Amino acid sequence: MRTNEEMFNELDRFIEQECNCDEQELIAILHRAQEIFGYLPMVVQAHVARKLGINVSKVYGVVSFYSFFSMEPKGEYVISICMGTACFVRGSDKILERVEQILGIKNGQTTADGKFTITTLRCVGACGLAPVLQINDKTYGNITPEDVESIIAQY
Amino acid sequence: MCTKITSKEQLLTMYDNVKELIEKRTTLQEKPEKYHISVCGGTGCMSSKSEEIVKSLKHWAKEYGVEDKVEVAITGCFGFCERGPIVKIFPDHTFYTKVTVEETERIIRRHVCSHDVINHLLYKNNNGERVFTQENIDFYKKQNRIALRNCGLINPEEIAESIAAKGYQALATALFDMTPDQVIEVVTASGLRGRGGAGFPTGLKWKFAKNAKSKKKYVICNADEGDPGAFMDRSILEGDPHSVLESMAICGYAIGADEGYIYIRAEYPLAIKRLRIAIKQATEMGLLGDNIMGTGFSFNIKIKYGAGAFVCGEETALIHSIEGKRGEPTLKPPFPAEKGLYGKPTNVNNVETWANIPYILLNGASNFASIGTEKSTGTKVFALAGKINNGGLVEVPMGITLREIIYDIGGGIPNGKKFKAVQTGGPSGGCLSEKDLDTPVDYDSLVAKGSMMGSGGMIVLDEDDCMVNIAKFYLEFTVEESCGKCTPCRIGNMRMLEILNRITEGKGEMHDLFELENLATTIQSSALCALGQSAPNPVLSTLKEFRDEYVAHIVDKKCPAGSCRSLLNYEIVTDLCLGCGLCARNCPTNAIYRTDKTGANARLNAYAINPDKCVKCGACVSKCPAKPKAIKK
Repeated sequence: MRTNEEMFNELDRFIEQECNCDEQELIAILHRAQEIFGYLPMVVQAHVARKLGINVSKVYGVVSFYSFFSMEPKGEYVISICMGTACFVRGSDKILERVEQILGIKNGQTTADGKFTITTLRCVGACGLAPVLQINDKTYGNITPEDVESIIAQY
Repeated sequence: MCTKITSKEQLLTMYDNVKELIEKRTTLQEKPEKYHISVCGGTGCMSSKSEEIVKSLKHWAKEYGVEDKVEVAITGCFGFCERGPIVKIFPDHTFYTKVTVEETERIIRRHVCSHDVINHLLYKNNNGERVFTQENIDFYKKQNRIALRNCGLINPEEIAESIAAKGYQALATALFDMTPDQVIEVVTASGLRGRGGAGFPTGLKWKFAKNAKSKKKYVICNADEGDPGAFMDRSILEGDPHSVLESMAICGYAIGADEGYIYIRAEYPLAIKRLRIAIKQATEMGLLGDNIMGTGFSFNIKIKYGAGAFVCGEETALIHSIEGKRGEPTLKPPFPAEKGLYGKPTNVNNVETWANIPYILLNGASNFASIGTEKSTGTKVFALAGKINNGGLVEVPMGITLREIIYDIGGGIPNGKKFKAVQTGGPSGGCLSEKDLDTPVDYDSLVAKGSMMGSGGMIVLDEDDCMVNIAKFYLEFTVEESCGKCTPCRIGNMRMLEILNRITEGKGEMHDLFELENLATTIQSSALCALGQSAPNPVLSTLKEFRDEYVAHIVDKKCPAGSCRSLLNYEIVTDLCLGCGLCARNCPTNAIYRTDKTGANARLNAYAINPDKCVKCGACVSKCPAKPKAIKK
């Protein structure tokens, strides 16, 4: 585990060297910050605002606008269920329900032990394999609600 | 390879030197000395382990000592995602589908070593016949690949392969042989219209940007593909990134811009990686960057990431997002051509539009205009998905009918189900029914029928799909993605969604339908941007084509497709029940109990469902082994 200081130092290097403290690079900076910290808590947003010399409300406005940015920490494994149209008509809503049932949490929540987070996303571009579920970077295609338990059991 | 290209002649010499890379693949030859195996590296096939297939093929080639007789490479998407992973073998053009890692040994041993075709990996056409080559597969017969011309043919991570496929020749022609006005004239004469959805004439857009007076101008590639169910832009960027870079430079030359941005979804890591490689290689060779091919013209391209906002596909919102702000749209005019990125004239085109430009410049405007219809020239790529046998990416000439796409290319509806509707245009489009299947696919015909071309999502629906639920699905999407800036979109769409929720829960009333239409027309005429204005389309088109289904939900409190859960009632037919108890064991709420009656063909007592406990999950139906199933909804 890296210390907080190391993580902030890495972010500062990125802001100063690759973005020249330019506020127009805000979205790129937030992407990097989320990579480093895993999410964007208020302290990180305030830090970015200070570095760029802009109001923290402006940073918060951008963070809350884009669904890619998260203000909550995520679990070790993020289970994303594709809710694109192709997956939806092939029953991805039933997949989501089964995942929620197995883990005992709702979409958007993280299990108490910090292991799993459930999210939904729109179209991963694997419509031929619909319905599709991703766990971190691994994609599972053509799944049925019955398959879910054995997939989650692998983690 | 690293020498900079400084003239058109040099590029053509290089083309002559490397063109055999592609030629030896495209010239059909049986029992060749050397094979080239292309494995699909599109997202669909990647999720079905195509990378492991490449590794394993290389491993077996080594094992059998035929390393020098076979080359294995990853290519862009072949489009036939439903049958992935796809492996195509050149130069005998064998097309293998659904290849697994276990089959790789056989491919090397039999195909490469003994020139023997592996029959069970060949695709079976609709008539049951096995076919060897891509051209003879029903799925490809009616396709005409222009935007996707290099996808599946070249290795996207090697610029030499792109040059061997005539890459950058269109740019050279523009820079050395044409004036900016001539370039715009050719694009205008081709009749190319924006492939992002709205269909604005591309040549005219360039002309506006050229006529704007400013020392600084920008070119933007819109790769913020947000329509859930469309992935052609991603496939082009992953399979043929150089075409997009080349086109942006051509546009830069035509309108007088020296800087370009590609705005791409952060969810597309593979496309981003390949774009970065392509930009680096093209810059090293002097085909991009400062002083391109020694002409003094400079054009630099940067990549900017989106962060998950559908509205950023709208040009003005996209521009704000590149500037690091919230991606909220602004009222047009002023159009980006006058006042765009950082307040400077800007030309924004979609990925697929860009991919057509080199073809037009190299083959002439009249060649392109001869494909398609009079007002919609060229081809369009569709992501065919949903209840369809052969889903995937298809590129068809404009004017082809929906029936040809769904039945001839797509192979019809699976599991013997009945076709119900086809949805085009994503959340901004509409649903067309059986009677519209012979509509030609072009910008204007689709709009006349109440749908639209959109970016190219085409979702086929069958008898099990509830149209009210589909309309609700799209509206949920737009409500979630509405940026909240203007009231009609933020509040109006929310009210419409509430009404649809009521209807699908069986609490709707007839006057709700008039409310829906009323709200829809108000939103269409008053929302700020295209996202809001088009949001009611899915509701309006389903109301028009499938009003009966809405009425059934409201009056009979029934969902004819059996999909809206609140309106369902599961029941076990005693006479069909085998008494096996599988349903009861799989019921999550213990709602199923044994009765004292016995079915006609059973020895054990039949089961029944307690409706008070039933949560209508359908687990019992999927487990019931009786034929026909004993559980009815």
